[in-house]
Amino acid sequence: MPTIRIQTEDFDAGAEIAKIRAGNPKVGAVASFVGVCRDTNDGDAVATMTLEHYPGMTEKALAKIVDEAIARWRVIDVIVVHRVGELKPTDQIVLVVVSGGHRGDAFAACEFIMDYLKTRAPFWKKEQTPEGARWVEARTSDDDAAERWAAGKKDAA
Amino acid sequence: MLKLLYFARLREDLGTGIEEMALPPGVTTVAGLRAHLVARGGTWASVLANGKALRVAVNQDMAEPSTPIKAGDEVAFFPPVTGG
Repeated sequence: MPTIRIQTEDFDAGAEIAKIRAGNPKVGAVASFVGVCRDTNDGDAVATMTLEHYPGMTEKALAKIVDEAIARWRVIDVIVVHRVGELKPTDQIVLVVVSGGHRGDAFAACEFIMDYLKTRAPFWKKEQTPEGARWVEARTSDDDAAERWAAGKKDAA
Repeated sequence: MLKLLYFARLREDLGTGIEEMALPPGVTTVAGLRAHLVARGGTWASVLANGKALRVAVNQDMAEPSTPIKAGDEVAFFPPVTGG
């Protein structure tokens, strides 16, 4: 049963990884990804970052992405945790954990979920820089990353 | 009634995050609603003008310009997403 959480507080990746495989002898692989707040973006220093989201749609969009991953690869369970509110450099932002029988499906599903999250889940970042506050612009490289997974491109990675 | 939501840069530029309005006569799609809001002029016209990178969700699902709109819907306007 997939877990999706939106929260302001930090998360413990180790604890989530332990949880996803606890007591399940079918799990042969756990792939995980942690996104972290950098201290620079587009050449400017970032002091803090504020993450806004669309409550309701966020959970719905993430559930849809996770369901798509589960339909596409042989995975056992998925955990997605995304933080909102104010974050500073070195803070963790997002966690994706995927368990499966074998690593190939777990790796692919984990990367797919991140690529789709970046382009389909309603989160927005605002950065505080020495030049003032600015909304982060979407990157076309993120669209390209998501596009790799389009139908028929299962071996995109 | 329609529930309209604005997020991130749009919320700041428009000075509002939420409003309720009666479904305007003749508006049946996302594109029609956007044109109706642009017709308010001023900031509305500049922020929601065609050609601006803008995403729309209807009832919390990503929508297209041709997506139908009816009374009771929740319609959200926002910039391309930047989470993760």
